[in-house]
Parts: sequence; structure tokens; C-alpha cells
Amino acid sequence: MEPLAATGLYRRRRWINTMVLALSMLMTLFGLFWLVWLLWTLMGQGLRYLDLSVFFQATPPPGSSGGLGNAISGSLALTFVGVLIGAPAGVLAGTYLSEFARDSKIAVVIRFLNDILLSAPSIIIGVFVYEMVVLRMGHFSGWAGALALALIALPIVVRTTEDMLRLIPNAMREAAAALGAPQWKVTVAVVFRAARSGILTGVLLAVARISGETAPLLFTALNNQFWSHSLNEPIANLPVVIFQFAMSPYDDWQHLAWAGAVLITLTILLINILVRLLLKTPPSRS
Amino acid sequence: MNVRLHHGLAMDRLFFHTARIFAWAVLAVIAAIIVSLFAGAAPALKKFGWGFLTSSAWNPVTEDFGALVAIYGTLITSAIAMLIGVPISFGIALFITELCPHALKRPVGIAIELLAAIPSIIYGMWGLFVFAPLLGDYIQPWISDHMGSLPLVGALFSGPPLGIGILTAGIILAIMVIPFMSAVMRDMFEIVPAVLKESAYGIGATTWEVIRHVVLPYTRIGVAGGIMLGLGRALGETMAVTFVVGNANRIHASLFAPGNTISSTLANEFTEAVGRMYTSSLIALGLVLFLITFIVLAMAKIMLWRLSGQGRIRV
Repeated sequence: MEPLAATGLYRRRRWINTMVLALSMLMTLFGLFWLVWLLWTLMGQGLRYLDLSVFFQATPPPGSSGGLGNAISGSLALTFVGVLIGAPAGVLAGTYLSEFARDSKIAVVIRFLNDILLSAPSIIIGVFVYEMVVLRMGHFSGWAGALALALIALPIVVRTTEDMLRLIPNAMREAAAALGAPQWKVTVAVVFRAARSGILTGVLLAVARISGETAPLLFTALNNQFWSHSLNEPIANLPVVIFQFAMSPYDDWQHLAWAGAVLITLTILLINILVRLLLKTPPSRS
Repeated sequence: MNVRLHHGLAMDRLFFHTARIFAWAVLAVIAAIIVSLFAGAAPALKKFGWGFLTSSAWNPVTEDFGALVAIYGTLITSAIAMLIGVPISFGIALFITELCPHALKRPVGIAIELLAAIPSIIYGMWGLFVFAPLLGDYIQPWISDHMGSLPLVGALFSGPPLGIGILTAGIILAIMVIPFMSAVMRDMFEIVPAVLKESAYGIGATTWEVIRHVVLPYTRIGVAGGIMLGLGRALGETMAVTFVVGNANRIHASLFAPGNTISSTLANEFTEAVGRMYTSSLIALGLVLFLITFIVLAMAKIMLWRLSGQGRIRV
């Protein structure tokens, strides 16, 4: 009798197992390979064009020197206003789902549609805001861009807020209620405080997401070659400038596009790392 | 005392109603998107009817528009993305849950998730300047030489290796949706009760046999949901595709040929569209895209729901 370990069937099963596991490792390496390649290219191409003039000069006409100053300030303004509208609305809606509606039918429906909104194509949001705001105002504007970004931030904040509030044990709510606190006080002073870093995470994730969004800005904020002083007019912003400059045949413009790409990516990676440091339990993925 | 109680109750009502208004706002936004897309698309839909979906015309001068080419491009690029992305996502999920040393689990998981954090426009630039030239110079000629003469599939891999085109867009889409799909699959693999796996190991099954005969049957619907979620993302992805797809309004047998997708057509032409019928046709394209992604994402949600139960796996 041969020992079991030496039979052909056993060896074949072991061999298949090893192959599959080796393959899964290769695929993980393959996934990581793209990340490394992308970041490598980005740093290699972009870092050398990143200097002070990029931050302080406005976007140039082709062939002359300039920077991305107006686009950076425009992006900051759009992102800021977008989050300012989207985050409070999202926190309140998430609070409603977690603290009031819980498992009622309406909560199930809102949760369902919120998740669809979260993954819906962002360019559709652009078309929607174009129809609702740009057509009605008669011109492209920073407000329209900020609104489009707010609509993209909203579902992210709704979901993280709800997830985070649900992590707070009911005993804490009950303890506060037993002391005679009305529900709004329980929510604001106990639940929100306990979930503070979680809620902040949601807002930061929303900032990271909208600061790189291009598609919804194409037909809302449009672009502007000059410094903008009002959200009431078309406003320069990094993503659209990168798109326009990268697709252009001019070397100077393409260099600036690389510099802008590095700026955006570094900002977003930084926020993502910050979020993970902030939160010991990883957030549900969005 | 009574005053404070009344004050508290009033604040309670105020807080409740404010929160409820914003929760309802989510519904209102979805409803408004659907209504406004239908309203904007109405002139085009009225003029072209169902023929809009089957016509490959796209002529701003004669105002003759059809969605077929864009729909074809959207579906075919997403299909390529799924073909490449699904096995890789599965492998990554398998590696992280079953094989990865504990200390490496989080770093590897985070690194894969970062792929999803990189904005679409960055993928587009990298695709246009780095990946597409490489593909056109080295990989496409090689594929042409080895597969271009095969019967049936040969036509898919023939034609000039331009670099940019349907295939390139599909590959980049695959990279972009891998983090979403592998994250869901990972979550799914992790909710399989340890007892089930241990019983299989106990009777001598190998790791792969446990995956194949215990984990996969248990999580089948969830894995399918994860794939649908990735598909939903791929269908609507805009900027990366716009950079590399080539933006040509024709259907070509070869995957190397340039084409377009619904989202890339919108990104390229929307601001330049002159005339009511042109804009309306573009909005009709947007409507088609929204409806397709809505159905795909809704199916994904429902599949994932059935498995998540109390744990409420959110994706």
C-alpha cells in the first residue's frame, strides 16, 4: 500500500490548490502594479513642473508661461461650497435614517435610492444641473458647479453618517434618555459626539471624491481663463483645466496639466490616508 | 419645569422634521433627475421614437441622431472591463481573505482601495500619454500577429494598432472597477461562517476546494452583486474613457478601432451642441445611460441585500 500522500489524486489536488493560490497572489500583484505605475508616471511627469508660479499665476494662453492659480482657487471655492451644502444635508438625512426611521419602509427606500445615487454616473448629475440651473440662469456659473458637487457629496455623507451613528450602542441613547434628555439632545450631545470622527470621515471622503470630479463640472462651472471673483460667472477649476490642457497640442499646457494632476492626486491620497488614521475601524466602502 | 419640557418637545419636533426633510431630499433629487432627463429628452424622443435606440446616425447638420453607436461602445467597453476585471478582483479577494499574512491584510487592502480614490481624469491622462502608446507600439501588434488570423475572433483583433480605441478604454475601465468588485467579494468571503469552512477543512479539503465548494456556493449571489456594482460603475465612467476611446461615431468590428460611449459623447459634445434637437438628443443619450445604470445598480443592491441580512454589508 502506498501512503496516502503519494497517490496521484492527492498530488493533483494539492497541485491545483497551489496553482490557484499562486494565481491569486499574481493577480493582487497585478492590481498593485497599476497603482505603482500610475503614481510613478504622475510623479515623474508632474513634479518637475510644480513650482511657485503654478500656484500664483493664472492659466496662460498657449505658448506663454503661467500657472494654475485661478484654477486652484476656483476648485477650492467650488469644493468648499459643495461640501457646505452637501455635508449638513447629508448628516441630517443620515441622522433621520439611523435615529428616526430605522427599519421603516421609507428608510429602506431612501437607503436604496441613496446607494444608487452614490454610484450613478456623475456626468448625469452634470446634465441634470445644466437643465435645472444653467438653462434657467442663462449662463454657466460657479453656483451650478458647486451644486453639482454638492449632489455628489450628498449620498456619500448620508451613508457614512448612517453607518457611523448605527455603531453607537443603544445603551448610550437609553442612558441619556433615562436622565430626561429630549431626543434631539440625546442625538446631538451624545450620539453625534460619540460618532464625531466617523461623521468627519464621511465629510472628508466626500471632499476627496468631489475635488477630483470633472464630468459634472464640464457643463456647469465650465471654465474661465482668468481669476474669478464671483460664483455667479463661469469659474476656472483644476479638473476641467487639466482636461482641456491635456487634450491640447501645446507642450506648455500639457506640462501644466501634469502639474495639476499631481496636485489633485496628492491632495486626494492625503485625505484618504488621513481618513484611515482617523478611524480605527475602516469605513464601509463607497 | 413645564416650560422646559415644552421647549424640549418643540425642539424634538423641529429636529425630527428638519432631518426628515433632508432625507426626503434624497428621494426628491432622484425623482427630479428622472423627470428633468425625460423632459429634456422629450423633443428627440418624439421625433425619433424607438428608432433612436437602433439608429447609428449622428449628424448635427441634418439633425439626424441615433444612440446605437454610443450604446454599443458603452456596452462593449464595459464587457471588456468585466472580462478582465472579474477574475482579477476574485483573485485579489481570495488572496486577501485566505492567503495574505495578517500583518499585510490592511496595507494591501488599502492600496487596492486607493485605486478607487484616484480621480478618473488622472486615469485618462495616464491612459492617453503612457498606456495607449505602449499598447499601440508593442501589445496590439503582438495580439494582431497571433490572433488576427484566427477564425471568428480574428476580426476583433485586426486593423491598425492606434493605441487609443475601444480595447484601451475597456482595459482602463477594468483597472478602475477592480477595487469596487474586490471589496465586495472580500466582504462576502468574510461573512461565511467559520464552522462551514472548518468542517470542510476537517474532512481534508484544500483551500481551493473550500473556496470552490463552500465559500462560493454560500456567497454566490453576493459575488454576482459585486460584479453588477462594478458593471454599474464601468457603464457610467466618463473622463478616463473620453481620453482614450478615440471619439469616433462608428461601429467597427475591430476592438482596436476608435469608438465612443454615451458618457464620452456627452463630455465631448454637450457644451458645443447648438440647436434644440442636438441638445435634446444628447440628453436622451444621458437618459438611456441613467436608466441602464439604474437597473444594473438596483439589481446589484437587491442581490447584496439577500445575503447581507442583519450584518447590512454596504457597498
